[in-house]
Amino acid sequence: MKELWKGNHAIAEAAMRAGCMFYAGYPITPQTEVGEYLSGRMPELGRKFIQAENEMAACYMLQGAGSTGMRCMTSSSGPGFALKQEAIGYLCSNWIPTVFVNVIRWGPGLGSLDSAQTDYFQATRGGGNGDYRLPVFAPNSIQETIDLMYEAWDMAEKYRNPVMILSEAALGQMMEAVEFPEFKEGPKQSEMDWVWDGVGDRHSFNHGTPLYVDKPRRVREKIETMQENEQRWESYLVEDADYVCVAYGLPSRTTREAVDQLRAEGIKVGLIRPIMVWPFPFKAFAEIKKDVKGIISIETTDAGQVVEDVALATKKMVDGNVPVYGLYTAQKVVRPSEAVAFIKRVIAGEEKEVF
Amino acid sequence: MATLHINEERCKGCGFCVMSCPKKALSLAARPNTAGYYPAQCDDEKCIKCGICYTVCPDIVFTITED
Amino acid sequence: MAVTKSVPRLLENPHTLCPGCGHGIVFRLLAEVLEEEGYDQKTILTLGVGCCCNMNPPAWKGDVIQTAHGRAGATATGVKVGRPDLLSIAYQGDGDAYVIGLAETLNAAYRNEPITVITVLNNNFAMTGGQMSWTTMPGQVTVTSPNGRDCDITGLPIKVPEIVASFENVNYVARGTTISAAEINKLKKYIQTAVRNQIEGKGYSMVEVVSPCPTNWRKGVADCAAWMNEEVIPYYPLGELKNNNK
Repeated sequence: MKELWKGNHAIAEAAMRAGCMFYAGYPITPQTEVGEYLSGRMPELGRKFIQAENEMAACYMLQGAGSTGMRCMTSSSGPGFALKQEAIGYLCSNWIPTVFVNVIRWGPGLGSLDSAQTDYFQATRGGGNGDYRLPVFAPNSIQETIDLMYEAWDMAEKYRNPVMILSEAALGQMMEAVEFPEFKEGPKQSEMDWVWDGVGDRHSFNHGTPLYVDKPRRVREKIETMQENEQRWESYLVEDADYVCVAYGLPSRTTREAVDQLRAEGIKVGLIRPIMVWPFPFKAFAEIKKDVKGIISIETTDAGQVVEDVALATKKMVDGNVPVYGLYTAQKVVRPSEAVAFIKRVIAGEEKEVF
Repeated sequence: MATLHINEERCKGCGFCVMSCPKKALSLAARPNTAGYYPAQCDDEKCIKCGICYTVCPDIVFTITED
Repeated sequence: MAVTKSVPRLLENPHTLCPGCGHGIVFRLLAEVLEEEGYDQKTILTLGVGCCCNMNPPAWKGDVIQTAHGRAGATATGVKVGRPDLLSIAYQGDGDAYVIGLAETLNAAYRNEPITVITVLNNNFAMTGGQMSWTTMPGQVTVTSPNGRDCDITGLPIKVPEIVASFENVNYVARGTTISAAEINKLKKYIQTAVRNQIEGKGYSMVEVVSPCPTNWRKGVADCAAWMNEEVIPYYPLGELKNNNK
């Protein structure tokens, strides 16, 4: 039976169902409820909660626990994630599975509490030093957040890599009717063949072993494998579309409404909704017809971030000459009427392409 | 009967043992090891196998065995 | 009079620390204590960033996590959460633990995390070439205090074990040195007490070690010892600062 749950509470409970045994975090609006919920729920379940002194310390606690194979996570928002960038790099460097949740608010700096997608580059390009990638989930509903959280550690452990779930302020604060899956556990630490275990023979970072020495090749192999196997998207009315919108998260819901409105007027518009934004779903663009007239990225940023991946995908999979447009709605989720108006301006030749 | 062993290749010639030996049995050799350091050497007649050289050595150059 | 001495298994491979560096002695004491307590294969060592990085494998034959500069207090906390049955030991220099990592070091102690923290104090940032640390003595010349440290504008040498000892719950805090065989023997007891505390589940321990840095002090070992006796040790008193087990 479905129940009405607040997004941040649902993220937290879903993590419990998925087998998370340790949470470390620091309060930051608009995601503080994740930690607040877990501060009571985890002791109930015999699991560990630590309110860390800052967002960096939270991540390094994850490095410690994650190295032993324990399922662990943290959550934060933009400014907290800025602090975490070095740590994410260390976790990638040491091949430690962990789960991160960013309930994005508009930035940079202190920013504001408006719901936004302004950490897209931070999540998908990475702000830490070195060459690394994270699988990044991008749910657009609370139910989808629960479902993706439920498989987050499976993906993290499959690749021995941190993974991130992007939520946003509105998605974290709103309530929707959801259902939770049953509780499941992660693998036993004693059965994991790569963990730090007090002896030091199992994982490949000790004793100058090949994994350490051969890192660049193995990193590339891992990244290319993730790119090939983990693209995930939803297509809506793309096949015959003259104009295809690309939107993830909450904007994808209102954009879909805009697509429906335009279709009702006989305008052939479609929508590609990335469900993972890294790896970006290039394969989705193979469904677009070759004589498509334009691709439109609709995103809650100031100056366009997702649009760059949209342009690359268009070049790679459709045609480099197809114009790519961007509707950037900064501090608010796009309204269907706004999207409709923009798309009509594109059709009328009144909008300048970005790429 | 105990024997002091000196692993010359581990020695970096810091001289802490020379300074610490209560019997002044230790000195640095004139010939360098393969790393270019002048390793510790022991005048066995003075050495009482007290183990202080082991205690102060940062590189575990000294071992003592019971024969 | 004769004793037997052998190379601890954990340190069978030689390390690349400088001649006369105190770290080599501290690591040996730690190896001896772990082997004597039967925990050499039940310990995860978390290394900070600095000269202690020399003790990544192959130099240390146990389990090692290399964490980010300053953050070992947090990482070691997480290790203990993940494997409470193992020993979690953080090993850091003074730059790592008391400057960039001051927040994480103090907070792990403040929460009385059941870990052991070993810090090696040598009055400079040694690995990066001898810059001023918060433990640099007044008037001491370093590469970022070329006219001698002016404590009026940079602060007096910091005494972190004293701050940690002021936290009510913390179990054990001690300060030792590697300056002589007698002091090294006392230091071993401090490390042993700290390790036993953790085995017995008694809460947070810290052992700070006042150590020479011949390379960056530009002094031979004898002059290092003399300077430590004259300047550093009078300022940083040795002994057990806190022992909640008595």
